[in-house]
Amino acid sequence: MPNKTFFWFFLPTGLAMILFIGLPIISTGIQSFYAQHDQIVKEVKKCDPFGCTVSIVVDNEETSKIREAKPLGKFNGFGTYTDRNHLAVEEIKKFWNETESFGAFIDQVTNLPFYKALIFTLTYCLFVTPNVLLLGFIIALSLNAVARKIRGPLIFGTILPMIVTPLVGSLVLFWMIDSQGIIGANIQNLMNDPYLSLKSSKTLTWITIIIYGIWHHSPFAFVVFYAALQTVPQEPIEAAIIDGASRLQRIKHIVLPHIYPVVTFVALISLMDNFRVFEPIIGFSAEGSAQSLSWLIYDNLVNEEVILFGSAAATSIMTIVGIAILLAPVLIRTWKEFRIAR
Amino acid sequence: MDYGLDKKTTSLKTFNTIFIIVWLLIACFPFIWTFWGSFKVRADFFSRSDWWYAISAFNTLIETGGKFTTNAYSQAWTEGEFWKASKNTVIVTIFVVSISLFLGTLGAYALSRSTRNYAFWLLILALIFRAMPHITLVSGYLFPFFELQIWGILPTTIVVLVAINQPFTLWLLYSFFKTVPRELDESALIDGCSYFQTFRHIIMPVMWPGVITAGLFSLMLAYNDFTVTALLLNQENHTMVPKIQSYLGTNQHEGNLMWAVSSVVSATAPLFILVMFFQRQIISGLTAGAIKG
Repeated sequence: MPNKTFFWFFLPTGLAMILFIGLPIISTGIQSFYAQHDQIVKEVKKCDPFGCTVSIVVDNEETSKIREAKPLGKFNGFGTYTDRNHLAVEEIKKFWNETESFGAFIDQVTNLPFYKALIFTLTYCLFVTPNVLLLGFIIALSLNAVARKIRGPLIFGTILPMIVTPLVGSLVLFWMIDSQGIIGANIQNLMNDPYLSLKSSKTLTWITIIIYGIWHHSPFAFVVFYAALQTVPQEPIEAAIIDGASRLQRIKHIVLPHIYPVVTFVALISLMDNFRVFEPIIGFSAEGSAQSLSWLIYDNLVNEEVILFGSAAATSIMTIVGIAILLAPVLIRTWKEFRIAR
Repeated sequence: MDYGLDKKTTSLKTFNTIFIIVWLLIACFPFIWTFWGSFKVRADFFSRSDWWYAISAFNTLIETGGKFTTNAYSQAWTEGEFWKASKNTVIVTIFVVSISLFLGTLGAYALSRSTRNYAFWLLILALIFRAMPHITLVSGYLFPFFELQIWGILPTTIVVLVAINQPFTLWLLYSFFKTVPRELDESALIDGCSYFQTFRHIIMPVMWPGVITAGLFSLMLAYNDFTVTALLLNQENHTMVPKIQSYLGTNQHEGNLMWAVSSVVSATAPLFILVMFFQRQIISGLTAGAIKG
């Protein structure tokens, strides 16, 4: 296809992506260097028969004037990145000097909002992704062994958790697991602890959200693996059976190597999706004990008084850096393959 | 071809059946339970004293005189203005699906028929864009949109959702276009068609399965979106998912939690019906990128 034709065909979608994905990333980058204006204060002298007092009040007029003149806020350089709510450079230095043991230091650091969120996000990715692959693969193997006639409805049931939006999916589970729901109440009875509830413990909340993640993402892995299983050639498997290979050996030495590229694909996609975990935190109302990077950004953007554009942007940029680190190995591999192919 | 070589032992078959039943229970029961509970009153579905009330409908009988009540639905749809939210969702979904299919088919066709390097890099760029968390993009939108005074209205959200959806649509349609043989284009070009005519009259008619799959995914994205719609739309224009979240927010109000339950059911039902009919397309779409690409 000639370059000119390609250009006109690609222009609409390219324009949409540049305007609403490319530019926003740049806009986020610019915003992250600005912070909202401080309120301008003035001294007011109040005199009454008993003498004069000087009090400091917020000058609303001046504040709104400067906000209007420079809506982006004041230039802050890397200030937002290094402040307490983000990388917290000062605090970490302080903790390093003050705390006795390494454990105490880690304890202090993981209580800072950004690191807390980062650790939750990484824990979530680390536990959900491998389990999704495993469960998805087992379900695919298992459904593949069922008679073809009844597979349709079974597949429909299996993919339900995937097609609902994460907010709805987490709500539906939350209403059951909550202390007033069917599962929560029964666990309370079983454990004989009437105060046991999701919100009472951080570990329990984390486990619930991770279980939710596995529940929500496994169907996707299942669908892809199931389709890949259909393409596994039968001859080597039959040869293996005749040679006396056990079922496990057949899976390990024939099926898995065949679907290996698909496994990396699923791992990549679910890693990308898990890294942006956010809606389940709202669905489970778990803000108290579990915060993710995306949730931090959301929280800054729905701030009641002033929207913290700068703070949200700085977290966004660091999230994008995180994504880039996750994607880097894949991109490098693709690039190498591409060079060889040329 | 099955020659009956692969004999499964009875114990393996039993284990397999039990596993599938357990998994299906885990996957489906929450939805069935929510559907059941949406016809109860709050004191039953979120019972402080006994979870069995949700089944025996103890309070529902006292409060409404029947074992089932549709109060939650009627209140959410009228008082809760869920009708408005669903109207907005329909508008957003229709526009997002049609616009993203239009842009996506053009772009993906060009990508699949170009042999140059930049086509490869554009696809990689689309993959990177696909990885961006939506909330980071939203944090980039908010400020310019406030300044331009286009925040809060449906058209802005539609355009944003179309753009966010493009990378995935491009990849999906690209892998479908790849399966259409090039000879088809070439013969049309030799016969004197322009590229656009070839695309319009020769390629599109054989591409319907791919277009339907891509359309379904755009539809699910637009229908299910929370991040973009919650932050880019004002209260008046909220679609269903942010609306459901707003019912949760005010815990002081007794009826609100049941509104959320009933609207969750109302929002999920159309999606389930759709998936029931188009299951094959969804599965082929999810696998298209993975198997062929």
